[in-house]
Amino acid sequence: MNAARTIARLGLQEAVRRRVFLIVALLTIAYLVLYGLGTWQAFKSTEGASQQFRGIEADVVAGATLLGLNMFGTLFLGTILAVFLTLGAVRGDAERGLLQPLLVRPVPRRTLLAARYVSSALVCGAYVIVVFLIATVTTWALGGWWPDRIVEPALGLAAAVAILCALSLAGSVFLASTANGIAIFMVFGAGLVAGLLGQIGEALSSDTLSDVATTASWVLPFEALYQSALGALTADTVGFTRLAIDLGPFGGAEDFGPLLWPYAIAYLAVVGFLAQRAFARRDL
Amino acid sequence: MTPALAVTDLRKSYGRTEALRGVALEVAPGELFGLLGPNGAGKSTLVKIACGLVRPTTGSAMIAGAPAGSLAAQRALGYLAELFRFPEWQSADEVLALHQRLAESGGGTAERGELLELVGLAEARDRPVGQMSKGMQQRLGIAQAMIGSPKLLLLDEPTSALDPAGRRTVRRLLEELRSRGVAVLLNSHLLSEVELVCDRVAIIARGEVVSAGTPAELSKPGGVEVETAAGTRVFADAGREDAPRIVRELVAAGEEVYGVRVLRSSLEDTYLEAVGTDAR
Repeated sequence: MNAARTIARLGLQEAVRRRVFLIVALLTIAYLVLYGLGTWQAFKSTEGASQQFRGIEADVVAGATLLGLNMFGTLFLGTILAVFLTLGAVRGDAERGLLQPLLVRPVPRRTLLAARYVSSALVCGAYVIVVFLIATVTTWALGGWWPDRIVEPALGLAAAVAILCALSLAGSVFLASTANGIAIFMVFGAGLVAGLLGQIGEALSSDTLSDVATTASWVLPFEALYQSALGALTADTVGFTRLAIDLGPFGGAEDFGPLLWPYAIAYLAVVGFLAQRAFARRDL
Repeated sequence: MTPALAVTDLRKSYGRTEALRGVALEVAPGELFGLLGPNGAGKSTLVKIACGLVRPTTGSAMIAGAPAGSLAAQRALGYLAELFRFPEWQSADEVLALHQRLAESGGGTAERGELLELVGLAEARDRPVGQMSKGMQQRLGIAQAMIGSPKLLLLDEPTSALDPAGRRTVRRLLEELRSRGVAVLLNSHLLSEVELVCDRVAIIARGEVVSAGTPAELSKPGGVEVETAAGTRVFADAGREDAPRIVRELVAAGEEVYGVRVLRSSLEDTYLEAVGTDAR
């Protein structure tokens, strides 16, 4: 336990000393300022729109769309952080000669991997939750709209980046840093494309497209978690307002049901098991 | 007494390439053991197997009685890799403190101070690694390897980045370790250094031990050189025990003898002979 704490702390100290967190904080502030500005403008332009479109609550549509956009942005930023905290954890550090002095200590390799995972997943999870909550409060303060659910979307985002951390860390066992970073961003992109396909499939009533999207989301459950989180923002919204949201760029999110969370946990366990097995057999 | 390192029929293949082909050797507690060989001979692979970074294909390596790579083996050894790096932002003291925690060493500040003193870095205790010369980093690496008083030290080219003064510091350090009963496996290209400090030496070529013994054993007799009034004469087949007889015979034959020297081939000669064309 002591060794795990030491390794986890070392990984975080490395990120602090290399000013990763400082840069992330500055860029996040810039992002949130931009989001606030956009939200203020958006709500200003929807004033009175509810009277124009009877049966549609314009502030709900605007709020859900803006917060949906924020969730996409937050997931993207969280993914960048997750990838850069983990992309070189094994092969990259071994190639730089940083890993060997640690591995000859009486610390099991699985402890090292688990410590790196827990520290990066906690940091990224906390990051996306905080950014999501700030954006939610900003949306409420500027437009008076509050999402139907708050805990579920926040946890969904955190779980999505936790899965991306696991994939990136597992990738670092096999791939050099650059190749791993590229691979994880492509996997992330594939997940997002799957989500878009699902939306298109829904709009066109194409079962094939919807099936492809659903399968891809189960294979890459960070996308399923993101979509469920997105859907939870307006879980209780009905009627024309619901329809208007579904027609928007962040509507039509699929609910993957109660099995999603147990599945995500099992997925993490399998990825972790495979990564630690490969790491245990790897010559360094 | 349990050997600090016991390697039996050790083989390692990377695909079709055989890096080690049945290596066997033992390092006794407190022994300074030198590993010599050309690039690609398998020395670093052997050291990496011993410290658990590489898995052998067949055979075994035991560290103080525990299988290499096990936690018990890791507790008993210290390792300095040929290519290593510490985080540039950590100070020398922080590097050692980190390894104390990982090695479960209770030595605290006193151990860190003593090790930094031993490697001549007492003044650089708070200096970040990024501001240290390569030689200083190498000495810090040696100090790191000594954390937790290991029974066996595996040093892979520990003097490669050191200047002559630094090398002398390391030589003294190795002698100090021997006096403390710490076994050392020294992998080095510097034959003179190995000859100076090691109790025994193994020469590895093409993944096999091709010669082993004490430096004196490996330095073969090279004849007897006698300086006479008529010039210097070499008796190539003679050994040390033949010297008195040769002098007697020369004096009896009326020659005036001014000096006698027993010649031995150097470790370098033996090395070059043992590794053959691989050394080039």
